[in-house]
Amino acid sequence: MDNQLKITCLHGEHLALGAKMSPFAGFDMPIQYSSITEEHNAVRHQVGMFDVSHMGEIFVNGPQAEAFVNHIFTNDVRPMEPGQILYGMMLYPDGGTVDDLLVYKEYAPDAFLLVVNAANIEKDYEWILKNAEGFEVGILNDSDNWGQLAVQGPASEEVVAKVLGMDLSGLAFYHFVDSELYGKRAIVSRTGYTGEDGFEIYATPEAIVDLWKTFLAAGVVPCGLGCRDTLRFEAGLPLYGDELTPEISPVMAGFSMFCKLDKDEFIGKDALVKQKTEGVAKKLVGIEIADRAIPRAGYPVVLDDGTQVGVVTTGYHSISLDKSICFALIDAAYAPLGTKLNIQIRHKVFPGETVKKRFYQTNYKK
Amino acid sequence: MSKINDELLYSESHEWVKVDGNIAIIGVSDFAQEEMGDITYVDVPAEGDSVTKGEDFGALESVKASSELYSPVSGEVVAVNEELEDKPELINEDPYGAWIIKVEMSDKGELESLLSAAAYAEIAK
Repeated sequence: MDNQLKITCLHGEHLALGAKMSPFAGFDMPIQYSSITEEHNAVRHQVGMFDVSHMGEIFVNGPQAEAFVNHIFTNDVRPMEPGQILYGMMLYPDGGTVDDLLVYKEYAPDAFLLVVNAANIEKDYEWILKNAEGFEVGILNDSDNWGQLAVQGPASEEVVAKVLGMDLSGLAFYHFVDSELYGKRAIVSRTGYTGEDGFEIYATPEAIVDLWKTFLAAGVVPCGLGCRDTLRFEAGLPLYGDELTPEISPVMAGFSMFCKLDKDEFIGKDALVKQKTEGVAKKLVGIEIADRAIPRAGYPVVLDDGTQVGVVTTGYHSISLDKSICFALIDAAYAPLGTKLNIQIRHKVFPGETVKKRFYQTNYKK
Repeated sequence: MSKINDELLYSESHEWVKVDGNIAIIGVSDFAQEEMGDITYVDVPAEGDSVTKGEDFGALESVKASSELYSPVSGEVVAVNEELEDKPELINEDPYGAWIIKVEMSDKGELESLLSAAAYAEIAK
């Protein structure tokens, strides 16, 4: 094992369960415990849990916290109620994506929590610090002091409510409540990355290890990053590094609804306005092929005459839909739904066509 | 610990070969199927295609990854296991029973460079 790899508070639990481990975002993480298909189906039909302790928690507070977060974040935090969560991106001035993240509006005044991707914690923290100059804000990267557990699936409310002893029936999607475990703050958030109803619980590493064991005893299926990717992919959700990158803006990726261009300003706004008005050269699309062969990241998207017009960013033979589908970044001219495109898989070319990116009908709590 | 069939020859890329006269019956080892996890698709050549020792002739796909298949011998494909088209999981269930292709060898001497079960056991760990 690479000595540079970090571990989460649940690392020992993963090893004890015999998980297949692999490096991800600088952490030694579980890819699967039993099989990706079984774990995927547990989340779609029952309830599964993921160690997401590698995610980053960056706290922003101070009199200008709202103005500052709105400056670095594509979505608009001004109308947020305490306890509400918004998804959006941080952008470079050219519109490329620094990261995609969740912003929590705290119950305390003038305070926000930014939950960022594990691979980007250091980069994001530096980016946030650099752009905070001139704002009256305090910024704390507290990632090492928090563990995080995602409990996802149609049966998640019942089991989370029971284990935490809380009534969660009134907690709406993309909202959170504060709680306490072992005398320290815990956050229970109705969010996830699977396309199903679910919760993400933030607490101290010690509390997270205890919760993991309790959920396991309650029959919640431990799920690795393998099915985390198949689940989020089917639900049309991007993975930073694949569908959003410094070269792929949210407009190119089709996530303009999380970018409020009517805000006075935010970093990258001018570039997005230009992309919106003038159009973009490349767009992210869904493509379905009529074969069981699997379009993998990096495979070429080609026309009938062999001209390459794009590349696959993520692809699977979808477990829930039993179809071979992918996200691909292609020349915008071929993006309209129903466009015939081929994918080259090793030595063969498979015909397909562009389809909606949300392959799977999501089941979020209204 | 993966199982190794003593009666077969093996390649370093985890294919097995059963020799039947001039025909090489080719599959993948228990170690290979364990590494792959649930196999969802087997990409195979057509009957009549030629294969070359050391070059890829197809691939196994699991949910997460694809893994190319390398031919342990050179020759012409004379049969393809069509059962795998609908039941790729047979490779997980019975890796030494679920053959993938049969090749009529053009040079039986190539078999000499393959590994014995004992030698393969050293790398399938």
